[in-house]
Amino acid sequence: MTPEGVDLRLEVGAYVDRLAALLIDLLIVAGVLLALTLVIFLAFLAALRTQDELLARLLAMVWLLGFFVLRLGYFIGFELGAWGATPGKRRMGLRVIARDGRRLSADAIFTRNAMRELEVFLPAAFLFARGSGVDGALITLGGVWTGVFVVFPLFNRDRLRLGDIAAGTLVVKAAKVKLLRDIAEAAPATVSGVAFTHAQLDAYGVKELQVLEQVLRGGERRTMAAVAARIRTKIAWDGPTDVSDGTFLSAYYAALRHRLETGLLFGRRRRDKHDVAAQEKT
Amino acid sequence: MAELQLKSHRFRAEREEDWRRLERLLDRAQKKGLRKLAPAELLELPVLYRQALSSLSVARAISLDQALIDYLEALSTRAYFFVYGARASGWARIGGFFRRDWPQAVRAIWRETLAAVLVTVLTAIVAYGLVMREPEWFHSFVPGGLAAGREPGATTEALRGTLYPKLSGKEGLEVMATFLFTHNSQIAIFAFAFGFALCILTVGLMAANGATLGAFLALFVQHGLLFEAVGWLLIHGVTELLAVMLAGGAGISIGWAVVFPGDRTRLDSAMHAGRRGAVVMGGVIVMLFFAALLEGFARQLVQDDLARYAIAAATAVIWGVYFYAPRRLGAAS
Repeated sequence: MTPEGVDLRLEVGAYVDRLAALLIDLLIVAGVLLALTLVIFLAFLAALRTQDELLARLLAMVWLLGFFVLRLGYFIGFELGAWGATPGKRRMGLRVIARDGRRLSADAIFTRNAMRELEVFLPAAFLFARGSGVDGALITLGGVWTGVFVVFPLFNRDRLRLGDIAAGTLVVKAAKVKLLRDIAEAAPATVSGVAFTHAQLDAYGVKELQVLEQVLRGGERRTMAAVAARIRTKIAWDGPTDVSDGTFLSAYYAALRHRLETGLLFGRRRRDKHDVAAQEKT
Repeated sequence: MAELQLKSHRFRAEREEDWRRLERLLDRAQKKGLRKLAPAELLELPVLYRQALSSLSVARAISLDQALIDYLEALSTRAYFFVYGARASGWARIGGFFRRDWPQAVRAIWRETLAAVLVTVLTAIVAYGLVMREPEWFHSFVPGGLAAGREPGATTEALRGTLYPKLSGKEGLEVMATFLFTHNSQIAIFAFAFGFALCILTVGLMAANGATLGAFLALFVQHGLLFEAVGWLLIHGVTELLAVMLAGGAGISIGWAVVFPGDRTRLDSAMHAGRRGAVVMGGVIVMLFFAALLEGFARQLVQDDLARYAIAAATAVIWGVYFYAPRRLGAAS
């Protein structure tokens, strides 16, 4: 709900999408770190050769700081920005919001990202601790315990991970949607001879209309043929039979939408074909 | 031309230009930043946003074009987050943080901080006792890398040498300080984040820290170097240990809030503790920065015991007054 009182009907981001986003981000961070290390290593060699001690020290500092800053700062910096999402999340069409719908604060972003240490790096540490002299049973135990945090988002409705809980945030879908052409507008509304009676149009409701819209936008020939055949039988079509499926469907879509939208203006909303109550009032 | 026979056609035709304009503005603002927008465009943005919202409401009522509604929902969502979204914090926010938010958050978790201190002190005492009785315990408490020659078998002279490092002018003190800063900050973030796991991991970290501390002290006491060792430790330790205690406290407060939410809901309680913890942690990282400066530079450069104690006492007073001294709260806000 916005302050203006309109429900935006946000959708919670899917677990798989978020996992993919995290992987992308981790790859980016790892890549940058690798590049940084390489560059600094080469510069360091050069500094050693020229006995430039100041430069060598400076490089060591940059390297240490770079590791520290990137590990957390990458996520915090991007989520604080105008997109509210890291590059990985943007790629997957996700963004972070505050659960209460208010402004996303810096504290919240810090918390949700600091918790990643517990959720991602700790299980990973257990995973890689094998063979370094730690008891195998202990590793398994710890791995199982911390593994719980990894799958935690699957067990609640809002797909909250621990960081989201502690920070009061939520990850939602925020993909860009292109404004598509209105297919009823494109349709030749008065195709010669293709006209429908009210009874023929009353066969369907809003739900079917939207399915039909998807079929038309999909534009796949076989589906269109099947749907057209179904509709022709259902409404006992007795008009010209030489009209192509596409034209027939577009015409029917336009006519049906006209009929249903006129109904809407008079306060009748016919949800689907089983919704007879709305029909009887006509 | 299919004359605009549907109401929803006319509706769309009349407003489409505004929607596209809003979309273009958002694209530009998100890619290039808010500053690139002209003042007139800035003023236009919220207006267009509200228009899109009202279009959405109307469309839901009168239009059956699902694609149109989807588009308007996505557009309004984007604009909504842009209009009400996060703002990069300015200087005023940073000022407010040091003047008000940070000390307040630190005071709010004093119980948890005390718990972290108690855990540390208790384990330090236990470790101290064990090492005093049986020096071999030392190795169980102190990781090999940290000991760096400070071992039970070492001579008194060697130990004294570690307390007063000789400077050849070649050591990279600033590199050392940087390393200490990043390393300690990472540990502090661990202590904070691990608190969510029902406090157990945080308490464990605090205990490990305390044990190391106790074992070291015992080692130096056995060689009659207690006074010197404490000076060596406290010159930065006051700041560093306090920062670690605060991080532990913040972690414990999260775990506690999850297990015992009180009269809030569990989610709400966790969120409250989490955000407060974040404020504390922001400050902890600043403290660790100072601690690293003290450890990396001051400890190496100041070799006199009394001067070390003086610096330690000064930092203790500064932090103590800053965090816990009573003050007028209303004045700042």
